[in-house]
Amino acid sequence: MSDYRIQGETGEWEVVVGLEVHAQVTSNAKLFSGAATAFGAEPNTQVSLVDAAMPGMLPVPNRECIRQAVRTGMAIEAQINKWSRFDRKNYFYADLPQGYQISQLYHPIVGEGAIDISLDDKNPDAAGKRIGVERIHVEQDAGKLMHDQHPTQSYVDLNRSGVALMEIVSKPDLASPAETGAYLRKLRSILRYVGSCDGNMEEGSMRADVNVSVRKVGDELGTRTETKNVNSVRFVMAVVEQEAKRQVEVLEAGGKIVQETRLYDPDRNETRSMRSKEDAHDYRYFPDPDLLPLVLDDAFLAECRASLPELPDAKRARYEALGIAPYQATVLTAEVEAARWFDALLDAGAKPAAAANWTTSELFGALNRTGKDIENSPVSPAQAAELLGLIADGTLSGSLAKQVFEVMLETGDGAAKVVEDRGLKQTSDTGAIEKVIAEVMAANADKVADYRGGKDKLFGFFVGQTMKAMGGKANPAVVNEVLKGALGESVAP
Amino acid sequence: MTDLTDLGIAGIRDGVRDGSFKAREVADAFIAKVSQAKALNAFLVETPDHAIAAATAADTAREAGETLKPLAGVPIGMKDLFCTKGVTTTAASHILEGFTPTYESTVSQNLWDAGAGMLGKLNMDQFAMGSSNETSAFGNVISPWKRNDGGNASLAPGGSSGGSSSAVAARLCPGATGTDTGGSIRQPAAFTGISGIKPTYGRCSRWGTIAFASSLDQAGPMARDVKDCAILLEAMAGFDAKDGTSLQLDVPKWEAGLSANLNGLRVGIPKEYRVDGMPEEIEALWQQGIDWLKDAGATIVEVSLPHTKYALPAYYIIAPAEASSNLARYDGVRYGIRDLPTGAGLQDMYAATRADGFGPEVKRRIMIGTYVLSAGFYDAYYTQAQKVRTLIARDFERAWETCDVLLTPTAPSAAFALGEKSADPIAMYLNDVFTVPSSLAGLPAMSVPGGLDKQGLPLGLQIIGKPLDEQGVLNAGLAIEQRAGFVARPDVWW
Repeated sequence: MSDYRIQGETGEWEVVVGLEVHAQVTSNAKLFSGAATAFGAEPNTQVSLVDAAMPGMLPVPNRECIRQAVRTGMAIEAQINKWSRFDRKNYFYADLPQGYQISQLYHPIVGEGAIDISLDDKNPDAAGKRIGVERIHVEQDAGKLMHDQHPTQSYVDLNRSGVALMEIVSKPDLASPAETGAYLRKLRSILRYVGSCDGNMEEGSMRADVNVSVRKVGDELGTRTETKNVNSVRFVMAVVEQEAKRQVEVLEAGGKIVQETRLYDPDRNETRSMRSKEDAHDYRYFPDPDLLPLVLDDAFLAECRASLPELPDAKRARYEALGIAPYQATVLTAEVEAARWFDALLDAGAKPAAAANWTTSELFGALNRTGKDIENSPVSPAQAAELLGLIADGTLSGSLAKQVFEVMLETGDGAAKVVEDRGLKQTSDTGAIEKVIAEVMAANADKVADYRGGKDKLFGFFVGQTMKAMGGKANPAVVNEVLKGALGESVAP
Repeated sequence: MTDLTDLGIAGIRDGVRDGSFKAREVADAFIAKVSQAKALNAFLVETPDHAIAAATAADTAREAGETLKPLAGVPIGMKDLFCTKGVTTTAASHILEGFTPTYESTVSQNLWDAGAGMLGKLNMDQFAMGSSNETSAFGNVISPWKRNDGGNASLAPGGSSGGSSSAVAARLCPGATGTDTGGSIRQPAAFTGISGIKPTYGRCSRWGTIAFASSLDQAGPMARDVKDCAILLEAMAGFDAKDGTSLQLDVPKWEAGLSANLNGLRVGIPKEYRVDGMPEEIEALWQQGIDWLKDAGATIVEVSLPHTKYALPAYYIIAPAEASSNLARYDGVRYGIRDLPTGAGLQDMYAATRADGFGPEVKRRIMIGTYVLSAGFYDAYYTQAQKVRTLIARDFERAWETCDVLLTPTAPSAAFALGEKSADPIAMYLNDVFTVPSSLAGLPAMSVPGGLDKQGLPLGLQIIGKPLDEQGVLNAGLAIEQRAGFVARPDVWW
């Protein structure tokens, strides 16, 4: 149970949230036509006769879109319906060329499933919650109206018309902005692992309708509102927070919540009532007579299942079993590209715990600093494995490794080559180290006296001076040992 | 020399093939007939160039010694419901006035691929909605037939493929395409004394055919005899990946399989098709048909199709429901006419465009369809009608346990005069009473002329077959055709 509460004048309120996520299916072609689906193309350049609903045109289901929906269902352990059917949702709008949307109201392709979310990255298993998924159905997207091209007329761009969407409907199991955000991030992560949606919310590949209601703790469900087309995790969380707050205020002032469609205005951080095509609520759903029911056979389902990758939860568990800390495992598995990169690093022979440490701190830090994605990381998993190997075998100290890594980032060279070219190899040559230490002690006789007089903290100074004098290449363990001996020897006169 | 327009499809095909005449002569003869027959209003667009091009190609191929295509040298009429690339296609509606497709329907393409040429686009009931061809936005088609009562009443050629039936009966073309949703090939064929077959649903691709009711619409041929229907259907049919309801089956060699020997065939006579008020002449013709089939070797069995009486009401719920949705795309946004009153918004534009663009019968059906699909009435009407549809299909399945084909009249009356029923939509809908049940069940069904009534007007007999048994239907039709010896033809008055 979430402990998220809104403190009102009349007591505590809890929030009930359900999400309907529209995820654009990754596919080269639209749901019912062979037209392309590239984002950002010139208006009306990705439109077939079918998408424009020319007279006599018929829809034919695209197998790849169906496959992606089934794989997504399998990834959330949902019921896959071997018999499903397409329905028409009838309404008039200029961006809807057929005068109806082909969707699945009565018999969706995917039934109930669930997604596990975590509310604490440091302790993902203990602070988890299971969110029910009601269904996933497949439907067509509509086109887009452009109101800014002409002073009095609107233009229609049908590039998106007919693009396949999965509508992923959660149960009203979400009870706070944090849970809602966690659910959406997890869903996005799964979709991207499966490869059924690129999850790009900025480009509209994924958007959420947010259903929010409030109730006094333990009461019956209240009336909900639906805020449409919210296109970032942050905004979805803001909608939950603002809309719940607004509803509490309305209710406490003696008002009623009207079941309605609302819009989120990020500039004002508020939801507002929306007047739109969605006001025509009688969609006159009926089975699409142009399409036969969709019947999936066992071979197809088996192929779908076999094609699923290792999913984030399984991967995280595997990482933890390898001795990687839960927090690092969570960070490494959140994004499919990072997990893929890290898997390649492990495959290249890196030791899991050290590799996880180095990846989450050094690599992610460097990528952050340089503003690069892991997909464009200048250091490949093989190169990183080489670097980690040089640390493990004592060739490089931690600080030397950092220097080497910086050079690798700049030049793209391998670790061994950098070490070789720049002579950055760590030395454990006791003789050489003793010699330098003797010089350092000679040049700092006063500090030697102070140290021997009890100023223990000066030890670090001698380490630093020695390392500096040796260009950072001395093995710190050896330096420590020799220094302890050299400084201590003379203590006992 | 014989008048080439007296020849049917097989006659033309064979004559061109063996060099009796040139395809070009055939095309010219029909083109001349078409241009002289404006009074029938059967053609919306004449396309002599198309027919001549196909004829020239056939003649060239023959001169070069090439194997001729199945329909080489045969010019046909094309119902205006089929989209034809570069040729205006309106479904006889005002809302699509001036619409010229950039694409060719699969059925018409199949015909061109088989070597056929197009004489023109044939008039029809608007969006295929009507049983008399009085709902065309471009005026009624007139039947070439007249009553022998001395009157000069203009008769209905049937609907919705009335341009097709009129043109074939008047010898303006040797064959034509039709589409049948609830009887739109069979009833007009019966009214004009020609043959027509609606194949099993899914035999002919619906791609590029303007939709009326998707789950019922099926293209088929209309021609002067059974053999010509078989030839034309072979060319029209076939699997099409662009139509999700298309049947993935090879097209049988129907022409080669024709046989009027019906030994061992069991013919069912459904007792529920004896409706009240059916003219005695139709009753008599039905009995005559039974005798002809017996004569051809068939045995006759009485069968019961108990849900027949619910077929018409179910059809007039399902078909308008689908139509109301299928016709939503005609909104003035992308093609066809657009009515944009001054200061109008989007909704006003829709309202004005559709009010202006659709005729009264189409509007009536859109409103019926919208009503039966609306949230409060969906279960009471649409769901119920779908259940009835299932029961009707089951009736037929049960009948096939005791018989192989069914014999019924095609329509409950001969052709009526234009204007006679147009004020009473229900009376008009009743015309489809015999053709609708097999449409709901997706079965192949054919009308062949059986004789004339007292007024000298043709009457048709209908044969309904099992799914995919077009051959059985054609063969029974052929047996009737041979025994009926129907040679009557309308006098040329136009």
